[in-house]
Amino acid sequence: MAVQIELFLQTLIAGILLGGLYALIGLGMALIMGVMKIINLAHGDLMMVAMYIAYWLFTLFHIDPYISVFIATPALFFFGIALQKFLINPVMKVESILPHNQVILTVGIGMVLANLATLFFTSNYLSTPVSYSSKAWYLTDFWKEAPIELSLSAPWSLSFLVAVAITILLWLFLTKTDAGKSIRATAQDIDAALLMGVNVRRMRVVTFGIGAALVAGAGCLFIPIYYLYPSLGKQFTNIGFVITVLGGMGSTQGAIIGGLILGIFESLTATYLGMGWAPVGRFLIFVAALVFLPGGVASIMREKRLGK
Amino acid sequence: MKRFMPLIVFAVLLILPQIGLSTYTLHILILVIMWSVIGMAWNLLGGFCGQVSFGHAAFFGVGAYTAGLLYYHFGVSAWWGLPASVLVLTILSLIIGYICLRLRGAYFALATLALGEVLRVTAENLVKFTQGDLGIMIKQRTWVEKTWYYYIILLIAAGTFFLVKKVIESKFGYYFVAIREDQDAAESLGIDTTRYKTIALCLSGILTGIAGAFYMNYMGYIDPVVVFPLYDISIVTVMVVMVGGVANYWGPTIGALIMVFLAEIIRSMPKIGAAHQTLFGILLILIIIFLPNGIAGDYRKLFRLFRSKGASSSHLTKAS
Repeated sequence: MAVQIELFLQTLIAGILLGGLYALIGLGMALIMGVMKIINLAHGDLMMVAMYIAYWLFTLFHIDPYISVFIATPALFFFGIALQKFLINPVMKVESILPHNQVILTVGIGMVLANLATLFFTSNYLSTPVSYSSKAWYLTDFWKEAPIELSLSAPWSLSFLVAVAITILLWLFLTKTDAGKSIRATAQDIDAALLMGVNVRRMRVVTFGIGAALVAGAGCLFIPIYYLYPSLGKQFTNIGFVITVLGGMGSTQGAIIGGLILGIFESLTATYLGMGWAPVGRFLIFVAALVFLPGGVASIMREKRLGK
Repeated sequence: MKRFMPLIVFAVLLILPQIGLSTYTLHILILVIMWSVIGMAWNLLGGFCGQVSFGHAAFFGVGAYTAGLLYYHFGVSAWWGLPASVLVLTILSLIIGYICLRLRGAYFALATLALGEVLRVTAENLVKFTQGDLGIMIKQRTWVEKTWYYYIILLIAAGTFFLVKKVIESKFGYYFVAIREDQDAAESLGIDTTRYKTIALCLSGILTGIAGAFYMNYMGYIDPVVVFPLYDISIVTVMVVMVGGVANYWGPTIGALIMVFLAEIIRSMPKIGAAHQTLFGILLILIIIFLPNGIAGDYRKLFRLFRSKGASSSHLTKAS
């Protein structure tokens, strides 16, 4: 029995740590979804680009992946701005039969990025062998008579903490600064924001940059604990939009909760069903959200607030 | 003339194998026709009804696996997969339709995108049922010659073309377009939007599934990576329609012709072959920016583009 509890608790811890990182991916996507009303299907591929930046910085200059957060994040911020300015914005103006043109465009961008990465870096699995990668803290170290044994991996916890720090910074930016408030206004009502003198077009560009920067941060935090290959983007795009739907389209608080739910759920499926089934579990949660909670976690939060 | 166009094209395609084409050319033609079937199916749902699907590989793969599993488990001819896939895909489309067509927005696109991936993982993991990554192989193909395969897929394509045209010209077609243009307005006019979107999805799924079942019979081998890939099938399907022409009867056929030939040319080039996804992606981006309604939809714009270029160049020569 103790073994089972131990396994369950360990899975739960891993799930929460994973969920924190997932929340960062989901946040970027939810921001873009909220402001631009499109799903960015190149999101995972942007993360892949950031991970390659972190990888090369580590291999060539021995820069720790946690320090390359400060390099890859601005780099992807400007990359995202360029993408939005030169590719996505022009398409918004083009008249066409299909309303989903921008979404298809992001698929095209993702496709090019993934394929270029395969061409330049081959499809080998890469990782950054940091010295502390297998370091961990054990419960028995602190409490000798503990009935169960739990461990906390050092890189995982560090990644989680940095993810939380980035999330708090983002929250401060969105609630305290003018630019952040403008972004939130644009997400709520474009016309009203325009009337209030918000430069909606610039906000769109900035938002896409921030979304790309957030996912770049997540990429740098993932690389010490995960491995890297060119087509990994697809998987993380899937994760991103499952979180976005779970949290409620475009809601940032929802995305954080959605990320945690997905992380825990995925950790549970990996422990009790097997690693290969993780995408299926993700899809089930997605379907469950669509059937039972189409508004996502955000709709519950809204109801609760109204109830008060 | 325009009315008889389909008949003329059909007659030409009917005679084509009799003039002594090489096996390779015939193979390419079969692929072109198969892709135009998938494209027409996608166009019915995405182009006319406005429900963009990023996961037609799911329907294609389920069709292919229906044929393959019938052969593998029951030993019957894989050709039974064609009628069987109609049944299987109706059920699958109804389920997907029930779950995500009630909602509007990007949900449907996302659900289809995830569906393809999930089916691939399922097919890889259910080793006992689907043979996993080993795939399913038909030990003895029905014909060695490709001519019969050509005629079968041609008949399927002709049937698809006819069906799509009839559906779009009927009451249903007007409902589909109304839903695409303005769902609220359509609903306020008394159209049960969920129901008609589901009908479009079913038709589209069935037609794609039939193409998949044909693929199983024709190629004789499938595995999860071949029939459920995101870029090589789902996105290529979108591209076939985008390049050819969205919401246009001939669009998918033109698109399939261009895409299959382009793919063959790119893949045959030694160094560039590996970069075919990059080139396809760039083509997709260019098409969306400059010809958002495809070659068939924007051919006037295309002409104008060339003419204005010609005019400006003549102007330049005059000035010089």
